[in-house]
Parts: sequence; structure tokens; C-alpha cells
Amino acid sequence: MSELRPDLAVIAAHVAAGSRVLDVGCGDGTLMAALRDKGCDARGLELDPANVAAAVSRGLSVVQGDCNVDLTDYPADSFDYVILSQTLQTTMRPDRVVEQLLRIGQRAFVSFPNFAHWRVRLSLLWGGRMPVTRLLPVAWYETPNIHHVTVDDFRALLAERGIEVEGSWFLTGDRPTSAAAANFRAEHAVFLLKR
Amino acid sequence: MSPRFIEHQRLVLPAPLLLDGGAALSPVEVAWQSYGTLNDARDNAILICHALTGDQYVAGRHPVTGKPGWWERMVGPGKPIDTDRFYVICSNVIGSCMGSSGPASRDPASDTPWGMRFPVITIADMVRAQVALLDALGIARLHAVVGGSMGGMQALAWAAHHPERVGRALVIASAARHSAQNIAFHEVGRQAIMADPAWKGGDYYGARGGGPAKGLAVARMAAHITYLSEEGLTAKFGRRLQNRDAKTFGFDADFQVESYLRHQGLAFTDRFDANSYLYITRAMDYFDLAEPHGGKLATAFARSVATRFCLVSFTSDWLYPTSESRAIVHALNAAGAPTSFVELESGFGHDAFLLDVPALDRVIGGFVGEGA
Repeated sequence: MSELRPDLAVIAAHVAAGSRVLDVGCGDGTLMAALRDKGCDARGLELDPANVAAAVSRGLSVVQGDCNVDLTDYPADSFDYVILSQTLQTTMRPDRVVEQLLRIGQRAFVSFPNFAHWRVRLSLLWGGRMPVTRLLPVAWYETPNIHHVTVDDFRALLAERGIEVEGSWFLTGDRPTSAAAANFRAEHAVFLLKR
Repeated sequence: MSPRFIEHQRLVLPAPLLLDGGAALSPVEVAWQSYGTLNDARDNAILICHALTGDQYVAGRHPVTGKPGWWERMVGPGKPIDTDRFYVICSNVIGSCMGSSGPASRDPASDTPWGMRFPVITIADMVRAQVALLDALGIARLHAVVGGSMGGMQALAWAAHHPERVGRALVIASAARHSAQNIAFHEVGRQAIMADPAWKGGDYYGARGGGPAKGLAVARMAAHITYLSEEGLTAKFGRRLQNRDAKTFGFDADFQVESYLRHQGLAFTDRFDANSYLYITRAMDYFDLAEPHGGKLATAFARSVATRFCLVSFTSDWLYPTSESRAIVHALNAAGAPTSFVELESGFGHDAFLLDVPALDRVIGGFVGEGA
């Protein structure tokens, strides 16, 4: 699991062994493979057909689809966990996606790059330009990130919808950051949500 | 060489085959081919199910046409379906004409060819014959069942009706039921055959002048269009003229696409029996896995949760479009079966599953071969 992206490593470490997991936006199935090694029954949803082909050829069960529309196809309560890593900010309606995650799964892991990280703030404040950083490497006109979100924004959404936070992890690079100053100091955030 | 002079490898089933239509077919012969070696554990068998006009000659040289097998590019040593590792079986579906019992076979009661007295068969009946073949071969469980188009329907029927015997099901460019449009195209083909005076109500075997070749050729021409795509036809032929500089202002094959279709139609009549075409298209039209379950496809797969599924569709396939595969995926998700699905980019239309689509090779090789 050493090659896992830091937020995925956090998720992999906190998924209970042997559980049923849906990885939404699973890419080539790296996290799913790690979860399979933990005895989980992992399924995936992925937009890019090349990624689906790569995951299928690893023996993983991945369905090509778009989390903006295809999550409604999954029956309620069919997974212990649904994972949405680094994808929330690319969706058309992040609030509806989160709603779907918690309809399909008992719990949901959601990770996203924090747009209120100090580097992003500095870049916008001093540069006056949309930030291009390590985690947000693409210029505004071609970025897939159409709904930038901060740690505090996300917490507010959860509070508004009455969604329980069972755990949260904040990272700068691969190092953890404290929850208190997370909105300023965290490059990315991982939330474990419960209905 | 005419199909009837070829000795196909055949198995005579030990018992009559009870059909969906209520009849018991007997005797039943199943012509089959195998590639690779069955291991001692007898657990490395892959059944490949052929499409409407396909047959058991998946790889190697076809004894009737002299051409390579229909999936030569996919099946063989070191190929995506690797015969160095797997024992690959393909049998001619019943109702067909490459050695298995069909309307051209002899009806023991009258000692004449069955013709239209051959009972109407279904996709599930084809699978029943395959089950009997595997029983005779001593193969209790398949590593995988694989099929494209009508072959995919058989693979779905295998997984739905015999889930304990199927480890993996790979369903390519297929559907869980025939749509109104699918039925409509088939009906055009059948009417073309039956409108040919040489069809003679199906009793044309041994007739002077042969069978309804003209009708069968037209049926094939119409069907062939549905296997291609507009972009494929445009790329291959456009409006180009056939061996001439100008239009003839007549009804000769001025256009390349006309000449191509005429050739396809004619070549088909050399290897296929018109009555078989009627019976097999009927079987496909009757196919609807959800029908016995009040239209709930997920219920059809309720027992299939230990089978791994992979569905593949192609962007330009309008005969069995992606939406049909998605409906199956939806049902399998609802049933809880481990399911993969990918829509591959291809301009070849429905026929893409037979053609050079490298991404398909990767998906098939990965799905069938991984962890085996």
C-alpha cells in the first residue's frame, strides 16, 4: 500500500476489513486493489474507458459510468462504504452526489483538495490569478475542478444537511495536519461521513 | 465445398432435449470444436458462444469456407483467450447448419429433412444443448462463458439459468432482450427468404435449382447493414463508384457499397441454410431474460451473485447499443453480482467485436485470464 496516494492511504487504513465498498471515480483501481487485499468486496465506477480497461484487467469489477448521473442506478444501502476521492470538486452538483453516496452506502469517504489552503489564498491574494498549485495543477479554463471547495465550506454543507462526521483527516503532502487550523493549513481533506 | 460433405466433430446427445416450446427434440447432434487442453482438475474450460451466422470454428482454418476462424484474432496460444492456459470449447448452436441438429437435419419419423417441421427453438434451448455437451465432456463448471451478440445472449442465459456452472460471464455487444427494432430487422430478413419462390415452404432440400439463395442473400444484405455503422460505411465506400467512371443510369451495382453488399449476400448463401436463418433469428426475437420475472431483469440474476460479469459495448453499435448493456449492468448491480462494464470507442458498428479493437483484446485478456 506504500504506493497509494496519501488520501487513499488514509481511506484504505480506515475501511473495515471484509466490508463491501464502492469506489466512485476509482481510476485504474489502485485503491480497490489495496482494499481487495484487506478482504473487501470492492466495486468501482469510473468515467474513463482506458482506466476501466486497466482495472478490469487487474481482475477488479469496475463499471464505466459518470457519478453525475449513474449513481442513481445503485440500490439503496448496497455498500458498507462508498468512496469519492478527489472527485467531489469535479461534479455538477456536489451536494446531490454526497446525498447519493450516503443513500448507497452506510458510510462515505469523501476527499478533496482544500481551496482555502494558504498557498491558494496567497496566490489569489497577491497574484490576483486563479491558483495553479501542486494539487490544482491545471489552468482555470481547462481544469476539471468546477466546484472548488474549502474545508469550512464542506463542514457547513454537512451541518446544513445533518450529515454526521465520523472521522476527518487533513494532509499537507503526505503529512497529517491538525483539524483546528485545517481550513488554512491542509492541502487536502478526507472526511468519513455517516447517514 | 458444400457443408454437407464435411465431417464435423459431433456428439449425439444421450437423451431428447426438452425445448421451451414444449417439444422434445430427438435425436440431437451437437457439432463442436475444442482448442487447448483440459487440465486434470477439469476447471480451465472456456465456452465460447457464437453469433447468429457463426459456428464452432472459432480458430484455425474453416473447413467449409477455407477462411480463418471467426475469432482467430482472439483465440489461440498467447492470444487474449490463451489456449496455452485454457481449454476452449465452441459448439454449433442447435437450429444451425454446421453439423448440429437443425431444419436441414433428417427427421427420423419421415426420414426426410425437418424443414419447417423442426421445432422452434430459443436461446435457452441452445444453452440446454451446450449443457448436455459439457455433461458428456465431464466439465461441471466453466472457468468462463464468452460471447458476442447472440453469443452474449447465450452467455447471459448460462449465467442466469446455470449460475453454479459459470465462474465468469463475458457479454460483448449484446442485450438481455430483443428490441422492437431488432425484431423488425429480422422480420425483413425472414420475409425476404419466404418470399423467394425457391423457399417452397421450407421443403427445398434436394430440389432442383437449390434453395432460396436470392431471398437469403437479401436477408443477409439487410442484416449486414445493421452490423456496420454509417461512419464505417462512409469511410469504407463513401459514394465511390464500382469499377466505372460515371453512373450508368441503370440498376447495375454502380456504387461500391452495392457491389460489396451483393457479394456479402451471395457469399453467405454458400455456407448458410435459409431455414436455419429463420429459426435462429426467431430464437433471438423470443429472447427476453426478464420476461419470466415480470420484466424485472435483476430477478433473473438473483442466483448469479457468485459469477463475475463483464459487459462490453461499442460506441457506434446501434443494433445492440450501449443502453442495452447498461440495462444489464443496472440489473446485475441490483442483484449484487460483481460486474464490470466498459463502452469501447470504435467506428466499426456492431461488428466491432469481431474486428481489430485493441482495447477489447486487453479487456477480454484481463477479465478472462486474471487470477486464473
